[in-house]
Amino acid sequence: MFVKARSGSDFGFRLGTGAFAALVLAIVVSIGIVLFRESILSIREFGMRFWITDTWDPVAAQFGARPFIWGTIYSSILALIIAAPISLGIATYLSELCPPRLRQPLIFLTELLAAIPSIVYGLWGLFVLVPLVRQLEAAMPENLRQTALFSGPPIGLGMLSAALILAVMVTPFISSLAREVLKAVPRTQREGAYALGATQWEAIRVALAYGRTGIVGAIMLGFGRALGETMAVTMVIGNNPTVSLSLFAPQYTMAAVIANEFTEATDDLHLHALFEIGLVLFIITLVVNALSRMLIWSMNRRTLAKARRRVEPAALGSAA
Amino acid sequence: MKQLTVILALVALTVACGGGSSGPVRPPSEASSTGTTQINGAGATFPYPIYSKWFSEYNKLHPNVQINYQSIGSGGGIRQLTERTVFFGASDQPMSDEMLAKAPGAVLHFPTVLGAVVPIYNLEGVGTQIKFTGALIADIFLGKITKWNDPAIAKLNPGISLPSSSITVAHRSDGSGTTFVFADYLAKVSPEWKEKVGANSSLNWPVGVGGKGNEGVAGLVSQTPGSLGYVELVYALQNKISYGAVQNQNGEFIVPDVASVTAAAAGALPTMPKDFRVSITNAPGKGAYPISSFTWILLYEDPQDKNQARIMTDFVKWALSDGQAMAAALGYARLPEQLVPMEIEQLNRIKVQ
Repeated sequence: MFVKARSGSDFGFRLGTGAFAALVLAIVVSIGIVLFRESILSIREFGMRFWITDTWDPVAAQFGARPFIWGTIYSSILALIIAAPISLGIATYLSELCPPRLRQPLIFLTELLAAIPSIVYGLWGLFVLVPLVRQLEAAMPENLRQTALFSGPPIGLGMLSAALILAVMVTPFISSLAREVLKAVPRTQREGAYALGATQWEAIRVALAYGRTGIVGAIMLGFGRALGETMAVTMVIGNNPTVSLSLFAPQYTMAAVIANEFTEATDDLHLHALFEIGLVLFIITLVVNALSRMLIWSMNRRTLAKARRRVEPAALGSAA
Repeated sequence: MKQLTVILALVALTVACGGGSSGPVRPPSEASSTGTTQINGAGATFPYPIYSKWFSEYNKLHPNVQINYQSIGSGGGIRQLTERTVFFGASDQPMSDEMLAKAPGAVLHFPTVLGAVVPIYNLEGVGTQIKFTGALIADIFLGKITKWNDPAIAKLNPGISLPSSSITVAHRSDGSGTTFVFADYLAKVSPEWKEKVGANSSLNWPVGVGGKGNEGVAGLVSQTPGSLGYVELVYALQNKISYGAVQNQNGEFIVPDVASVTAAAAGALPTMPKDFRVSITNAPGKGAYPISSFTWILLYEDPQDKNQARIMTDFVKWALSDGQAMAAALGYARLPEQLVPMEIEQLNRIKVQ
């Protein structure tokens, strides 16, 4: 009797939590459906051309999203190139090398960076970072200015400012997660390394290698965040829909164009095109997440096959 | 996670805008137990400061009336009005014939105050007001004139030593009534602008960098030597940015201020259409500043809620008379006096019974 009642409440508990889990799925699916439904005019009108054409002209009702897709992915990748090494440095220092008295204040400070609202980052970017970047651009030697990476007038606003501000914004996320991953590496790993006569640097390398799936997961999470960042980026990127390799060129991102044009879009096709941008962003985010999952999965499998040892579940958990 | 926020915001907007048509529409007002009437409106951001001042002053006179206004942008205001989710809308550009046809009832336009758009620049050592013509501004924003010492600029500004630096063009990146007024003016004075770019709240800009909001453009211009942008007059006045004079139809170079903007509206009076859906950029008349515009409150001719209709018509009458005195202090230009009786006449057409 007692046993039965307990299993009954277990069943209810399972049902309840299951419903919550299903809710997440339902929300994701319904967002996809709404985005698709609200962008149907634009999908019908432009089809796949929407992804590959460059003109964004609300007056002539011509909409192509390629500059926005490019700007979003390019700025996020640049941000990760800057932020990933810095974040790993922070994480390693905090978890392996930092004197205990300094650790808590430093952790608090890095996490404070994550709590700053993005509009504040944007204002700081516009009034502090952009003038600095402009000076840097103006000081760039002429022969470097001829290269595709540094061409264009020194305006300050543009890809470089956006990448830098994104890097600052994703650093606390990546470093916190990477620190958790390193914390989850078993002591025995390091002790084993030391026992074999490893230096401190070699022991840390062992720990980093052990937690690499988690670290890759942390970086991918930072990438996802950078893809969707809106306000700070739109304030410093220059908002010019062009496809350019140049770090100095003003460019545009998907989230920024939605935020910029949505409120005043009166024309139906314009509105639907903006919704389709949202849909494209949604799809790209899904693909990025799926790819990072696959990457982690394949790394795990290789590790398992190679070393025939189980990866610490905590590290996997952080990777998610 | 931010992208999720954006998507969720979009979904919320969809529900707010699209859902209204299918689901049962909640009455826009609920008379609470204390007998307070709430009226909801939404629309343009540009008149928000004066509107909130008006609503709070009107509330002091009529404590049982509370008017709520959400400055969600002109486009959103028109959509919400069309869905009847708000009682009144507000817009910086008049509704097009297509939009009017889509609305479930006849919509009337009421000009409330005037605004203007001014060219701002950052040129070290040039303290005086630089003179512009419409065609010159168009050529710069088309990317045809790229240097400050171009003969076309020098000819208008003899005696000013203009630098040889490049012009960095700054424009709004967000959809905005300010952009619409600016582009509408350029389309009137430059055939090439009209053909290549046109007028809208968002444009396919030939050159330049985009800043978000007036503050974004002003920030760009104040930081970037050799830049030229445009902002609302209110913004230029409050932030002490150098701004230029623009030549009007009479050939006068007009330094924008609230008086010259009112003069532009007065100049447009003889040709004023009965529904007030009019662009007053490049207006004729002495002393008229050419990049000026009305901003409108939008009301249904036959509103569903008659109680709210009575209150709202009374409010608009008050705004057109006593309310006008509050405009200048906030940087808006008041309506020309001759316009007010014309608007009252249209106001009387609203069915309040």
